[in-house]
Amino acid sequence: MSLFELTWQYLTTAASWTGSGGLLDRLAEQLLLTVTALVLGLLIGLPVALWLGHVGRGGFLAINISNIGRAVPTFALLAVLVTADWPGPAHLGPYGRAGLATLIALALFALPPLVTTTYTAIREVPDDVLEAADGMGMSGVQRFWRVELPLALPLMMSGVRLALVQVWATATIAALVAGPGVGAIIVSGFARNQYSEGIGAAMVVAVAALVLEIAAAGAQRLVEPTRERAVPTKVRAPVGDPA
Amino acid sequence: MTLLGVTAAPAAREPSCYSAFVNEWWCAEYVDDRRDDILAATTEHLQITVAAVLLGLLLAFPLALLARRYPRLESTILGVSTGLYTIPSLALLPLLVPFTGLSANTVIIGLGVYALTILVRGFLDGLRSVPDDVVESAVGLGYGSARLLFKVQLPLALPVLVAAMRVATVSTVALTTVGTLVSYGGLGDLISHGVQRNFRAELVTAAVLCVLLALLLDAVLVVAQRLLTPWARQEAR
Repeated sequence: MSLFELTWQYLTTAASWTGSGGLLDRLAEQLLLTVTALVLGLLIGLPVALWLGHVGRGGFLAINISNIGRAVPTFALLAVLVTADWPGPAHLGPYGRAGLATLIALALFALPPLVTTTYTAIREVPDDVLEAADGMGMSGVQRFWRVELPLALPLMMSGVRLALVQVWATATIAALVAGPGVGAIIVSGFARNQYSEGIGAAMVVAVAALVLEIAAAGAQRLVEPTRERAVPTKVRAPVGDPA
Repeated sequence: MTLLGVTAAPAAREPSCYSAFVNEWWCAEYVDDRRDDILAATTEHLQITVAAVLLGLLLAFPLALLARRYPRLESTILGVSTGLYTIPSLALLPLLVPFTGLSANTVIIGLGVYALTILVRGFLDGLRSVPDDVVESAVGLGYGSARLLFKVQLPLALPVLVAAMRVATVSTVALTTVGTLVSYGGLGDLISHGVQRNFRAELVTAAVLCVLLALLLDAVLVVAQRLLTPWARQEAR
């Protein structure tokens, strides 16, 4: 049988999907990891980036965090975290083996797209709009909540979308250090020369990534009904880093 | 060396910072002892990265020209490449295996696809950044479309294009490590081995070299751009 037929067979066998360590089990695990890490990244990154953007300082940090995140291989960071005494490869509840190490790495890699786009979004609010807000007698807090945040929201949302897709991809790599997620099936398939399993699981991860991207794009459109009326910009939606 | 060896005779014979009992994060002796392995992995890493970025560049150029010639194709080209970009690297490599097997080509093609997405945008944004009046004067001077492209538009697009190349190169250096799935990960193979054997010095050395390689290639691109666009330097003064 050819590799394609074997892969098809693997994907159409119910046993591949069900049970502990099956595709569905691993998919749920990876989704849980992705969402948790994204929420952690939002909780840490958003306040910092919004504040920096509001006071107009720390641009150096906001831009360079992206450059650092791009140069450090996810795999290397995961390897260090798992090999260290803490967090190490310990199980963490539903997050699976090396759960804590994976969560830390994923949350860290969610920060660059979140911080950079949020900071840029706040800074790109036009100066005359800010002057008008000041002229109306708005306080700094009022200006932030009523002017800067609403105008920055569309670009911020594209940052969240980038982070989501990137965290999903990074979560797959976690398997290279014997971590959780669907990547574990890919890695073990390749390690045991069961390539059809590895390729089948890779298809599942790829389709899930596309579904996440499309769902996030849809959610983004729902959140910003005013987009059409906004000043048209020639700026294309930013792309993140591949992971 | 001999003097040092005499004063610390018992310690010097046995590797002190990596052994079954000692597992330091950084170990100069490991770097000394495994110099050849490390050098080979670094060379492989560099080759895969450079090949992938060149492949991306080679594919991105005609695609960008197509998108400019037929504006309707632009959204399709950007959409498809962005879709491929969304696929995680650890999933993209297995999907290529049926076609390219367990070879360095699998990694080069996979990473080339990611570089392609960044570079098509770089070409398009770069060409768009060329002022219209410059193009008009060149046409007025009798420049044909090929000469216009290579003598006027591409040189002026270079700063934006190089910016995209820097992003593509640095991220490709980092992603090459994932190639360890098909045993062609360059320094990633050392990281993988280090994780399996719980060998801290090995994986940290490889990780540090990865980051250094990214910084080095980034610097090379910055220098190349300064040399290729002398007019930009004069403006800055």
